[in-house]
Amino acid sequence: MELSQPRGLLDQWSDLFWRKKAILLFILLAPPLLWLGVVYIGSLLALLLQSFFSIDEFSGLVNYEFTLKTYGELFLPANYDIILRTVLMAASVSIAAAVIAFPIAYYAARYARGKMKAFFYLAVMMPLWSSYLVKVYAWKLILAKEGILNWAVEGMGASILLNAVLSLPVIGGNSLSVSYIGTFLVFLYVWLPFMILPLQASLERVPLNLIEASDDLGAEKRQTFWHITMPLALPGLIAGSIFTFSLTLGDYIIPQIVGSSRRFIGQAVYQHQGTAGNIPLAAAFAVVPILIMGFYLWMAKRKGAFDAL
Amino acid sequence: MHSERAPLGLKIAAFLGLAFLHLPILLIFVYAFTTEDKTYQWPPPGFTLKWLEVTWNRPDVWEALSLSLQVASISTCIALILGTLAAAAVSRTMFLGKEAITLLVILPIALPGIITGIALRSAFNLADISFSTLTIVLGHATFCIVVVYNNSVARFRRISASMLEASADLGANGFQTFRHILLPNIATALLAGGMLAFALSFDEVIVTTFTAGQQQTLPIWMLEELVRPRQRPVTNVVAMVVVIVTFFPILGAYYLTRGGTDISGSGK
Repeated sequence: MELSQPRGLLDQWSDLFWRKKAILLFILLAPPLLWLGVVYIGSLLALLLQSFFSIDEFSGLVNYEFTLKTYGELFLPANYDIILRTVLMAASVSIAAAVIAFPIAYYAARYARGKMKAFFYLAVMMPLWSSYLVKVYAWKLILAKEGILNWAVEGMGASILLNAVLSLPVIGGNSLSVSYIGTFLVFLYVWLPFMILPLQASLERVPLNLIEASDDLGAEKRQTFWHITMPLALPGLIAGSIFTFSLTLGDYIIPQIVGSSRRFIGQAVYQHQGTAGNIPLAAAFAVVPILIMGFYLWMAKRKGAFDAL
Repeated sequence: MHSERAPLGLKIAAFLGLAFLHLPILLIFVYAFTTEDKTYQWPPPGFTLKWLEVTWNRPDVWEALSLSLQVASISTCIALILGTLAAAAVSRTMFLGKEAITLLVILPIALPGIITGIALRSAFNLADISFSTLTIVLGHATFCIVVVYNNSVARFRRISASMLEASADLGANGFQTFRHILLPNIATALLAGGMLAFALSFDEVIVTTFTAGQQQTLPIWMLEELVRPRQRPVTNVVAMVVVIVTFFPILGAYYLTRGGTDISGSGK
């Protein structure tokens, strides 16, 4: 019996790939790895390297000698405040997003069926994928002094209430569009879909028979929810918070457009690398979110949050 | 069978949440037709179609739009090739360091955009590469890979190995199997991934601010307007057009990947 002989070049190649899987694997992996390894990892390392340089205070030129001085500058009160402020904002945005996302995700996972399910899915995907800048712009329209929110508040005769909130120290301001509350609202709006999707995914995976078993054993709805559903949904909640937290940490456009003049990490990075020309400090600032997210991801992995991604 | 109705409170909370997600975007559509051109006054004093025409005749908007389309097309092509290759390698074989590759693909989107941006910018500076359309594409393709990768990897997992073996048993070589078995099976996933990558690139602003030179993509144009509003009515119209333009690839990607167990867009 004669097996089919290799006929042409393509046949010979496929035979080679079949016998030596490693060659095929190499050919498949080389282009993406070269791209990501050279363009991306290379750039990241270059950035990391620069954070160990420092800037000469008199000449304003970068001093290419290894030093930890730039990292030390992060702990100056002005810089430390920026980091603290950003982390607090990221935490509050994540918590608020979880609170608003939960009913949507829970309803979509437990009760929506058929057409309703598709509707919910699209209703979350559309805002997730629609233009980031358009979303920010929409909030600039909403929060403007002459905009719809103030109009509605006045219409309800609640101006006194709004002014009382705005006169609070720290979070208040002259108007919503130049206060932390405004920044917070825009962050919450823009990142909310990133919380809903993983949360819904983990809620979908809560086995119904566990809930029935809990009912059968005499638990009230509330008890079933807190003792069965919540612990099983926790990985989704953590996975969602990875997005909301990371995205808030690195954003510099939203606080620039809606917010007070006090800066966030992203703005500090942007200004130090741009107008200030202090690349080492910008790089050191950029390492902060990487470290925070590294720690966060490590914690999340231990809680099993990656299964919900 | 388990059939219970949702508590009313839950239903209300869920739909209020959805309203919160959608009303701001709908507001853009109202503002695009307002007669007011100095402030963001609500309610609009009147409605007009004038601004559509004004925007249509603006060369700077057209230039920005054309650059954005160009960048998004090239980046999508690069991402399609690289993302599919990586997905094929990861899903069909087992090898050491597989997890590291997955991480490497996801990293550009997992780390905040500003880090990707500043890293690329400082690398371009170090390598003495001047900022141009090419540098914008380099950045965009890097974070678009993950979207294509996510879509294809899900589809590769659903193609059974026995189909490929059957094809080989029937005498097809590897390239014929790819052309006649693999490609038809992954085509819709590629299309969906490509559409999402296109939408992602078309909309990207954070990385672009770092990798662009003097050129303006449409998002950069919008950002300028957001920081220093000079022509509010034109911005309103552009915002509305962007919403409409990005709507279709998302809807298309949804219908192409429907029925799968994996959520096509969850990788953004």
